[in-house]
Amino acid sequence: MCVGVPAKVLERDEYTAVVDVLGSKVTVGVIMVSDVKVNDYVLVHAGQALAIVDEEFALVSMEEWRKLADARDS
Amino acid sequence: MQEILKETSNPQLSLKLLEQVKLLAADYIKKYGRRPAFMEVCGSHTMALARTGIKKALLEHVRLISGPGCPVCVTDQKSIDAMIQLSEGDNQIICTFGDMIRVPGSKHSLMKVKTEGKDVRVVYSPLDAVEIAKKYPDKEVIFLGIGFETTIPVLVVALKMAEELGIRNFSMWFSTKLVEPILRSLLESGEVELDGFLLPGHVSVVIGKDSYQYLVNEYKMPGVIAGFESVEILSSIYKLIKLQLDNDINIINDYRSMVTDQGNPVALALMDKYLEPVDEAWREIGVIKNSGLDLKKEYDYLNAKVRFPVEVREPRKTKCRCGEIIRGLISPEECSLFAKACTPLHPVGPCMVSGEGTCAAHYQYMRED
Ligand code: SF4
Repeated sequence: MCVGVPAKVLERDEYTAVVDVLGSKVTVGVIMVSDVKVNDYVLVHAGQALAIVDEEFALVSMEEWRKLADARDS
Repeated sequence: MQEILKETSNPQLSLKLLEQVKLLAADYIKKYGRRPAFMEVCGSHTMALARTGIKKALLEHVRLISGPGCPVCVTDQKSIDAMIQLSEGDNQIICTFGDMIRVPGSKHSLMKVKTEGKDVRVVYSPLDAVEIAKKYPDKEVIFLGIGFETTIPVLVVALKMAEELGIRNFSMWFSTKLVEPILRSLLESGEVELDGFLLPGHVSVVIGKDSYQYLVNEYKMPGVIAGFESVEILSSIYKLIKLQLDNDINIINDYRSMVTDQGNPVALALMDKYLEPVDEAWREIGVIKNSGLDLKKEYDYLNAKVRFPVEVREPRKTKCRCGEIIRGLISPEECSLFAKACTPLHPVGPCMVSGEGTCAAHYQYMRED
C-alpha cells in the first residue's frame, strides 16, 4: 500500500498537476510538493505527489550502481 | 531521467549486482559463520523481493526476513471486525483502498457486505471519497483510513479538503500505524535476531532519514533506506552487509533521489495539525503505546469512530499464523494452512489477501512446484 510511482509533470495548477504515469495522463495533488515545475518527476502515492525526484542524486546513484557492478570480478 | 528510471530494473545490471552481493555475503559468512540477517519492514519491499526473484536467489547467502510492513496484515482482528461491522450500517457509502475489501473478518469480509447490497466502494485516492461525499449529500461517506506514514498525509489532505469545502457528510475511520514504535517493539522483544533493517523508501520520503537515528543510538542497529526496483534493492542489501563487515553501525540513505534528511515538511505539518498519537493494537502483538495516529478532538466531526461508534466482540482464535509472520518469526511455508486451506482465492488471513502480504508474495513467487 505504500507503493509509489514516479511520474513526469506535464501541466500544473495551484493544487493539482497533470502527470504522465507509465503513459497515461493522471491528475494528482501537489500540495505537498509546492515547488514542483513542469518536466519535474514526482513520486505519486494514492493520488498525491509526495516528493520531487532529485535528478542529480538519481544520476549519482546510477553511476554508483554501475561502479559497484564491476567492483570485484566474480 | 527516463534512462535512470529504466536502469533501476536493468536485468544485466541486476545480475552483476546480485553477484557482488553474493561475494560480499561470502566474506560475511567467513567472518561470522552464518548468513547476515536483514528485515524489510515495508510490504512493497516484501513483494518486490519475491517478484524480482532476489529473495530466492539469495536464499543461501543472505537471510531476508519479512517484517510488519503490510498495513492490513498488522491491523488487529478486532479493528478489522469493527470496520466490517461499521460497513453494515444504512444510508452510508463506505470507501476503502482495495487491499481491505477481501480481508476476512471474524464473521465475513467487506466484499460479502458489498455483495449483500451495501454500498462499499474501492477508491484509488481518499480524495475520490470526498468527491463521492460531494455528489451524495444525503449519504454519510466514510473512508477506512489504513496505512503507514506514506499514506497518512494523503488521508489528511482529504480531511483538509472536506473541511475547506464544508462537506459535513464525510468522515474517516482511522487505523493508522507508525514505523518507529513497531521497530522498537520488535527490537525490544529480542524474538528475532537481526543484523540490520532494509528501511522503507516511501515511508522515509515523509519522515526523513534523520528519524531513524534511534536505531543506531539506542539499539546499535544499522539500516539502509531502499528503493523498490531490483537494482536499488540489491545496492541497499550490499550496503547493509558492508556496514556490518566494517562494523560501521549507521543509517545510509540509498534512495537519495526521493528521500531527504528531514522528510517532507508539508506532509509532517499536515499530520501534526490534524492528528495526535494514539495507542494502537497490532495483530497478535497487542497494544503498543503511541503507535498510531488519530484525529485530534477538535476534528471529532470528521472522526467516524466518534460519529458512528460500533461495539465488537473479542474475535475467535483461528489457525492463521499471520501474527508470527509479521514479526518475522516464521515464514509462510511453516503455516500448515499455506497453499492448502489458505490461498489467494480463499484467504484465511490478511497476509494472504493483501497485495503486500508475505503469504501472498510467497504463494505467487516462491512456491516450489
Ligand atoms: S498461510 Fe494463510 S492462514 Fe497461514 S499465516 Fe498466511 S494468511 Fe494466515
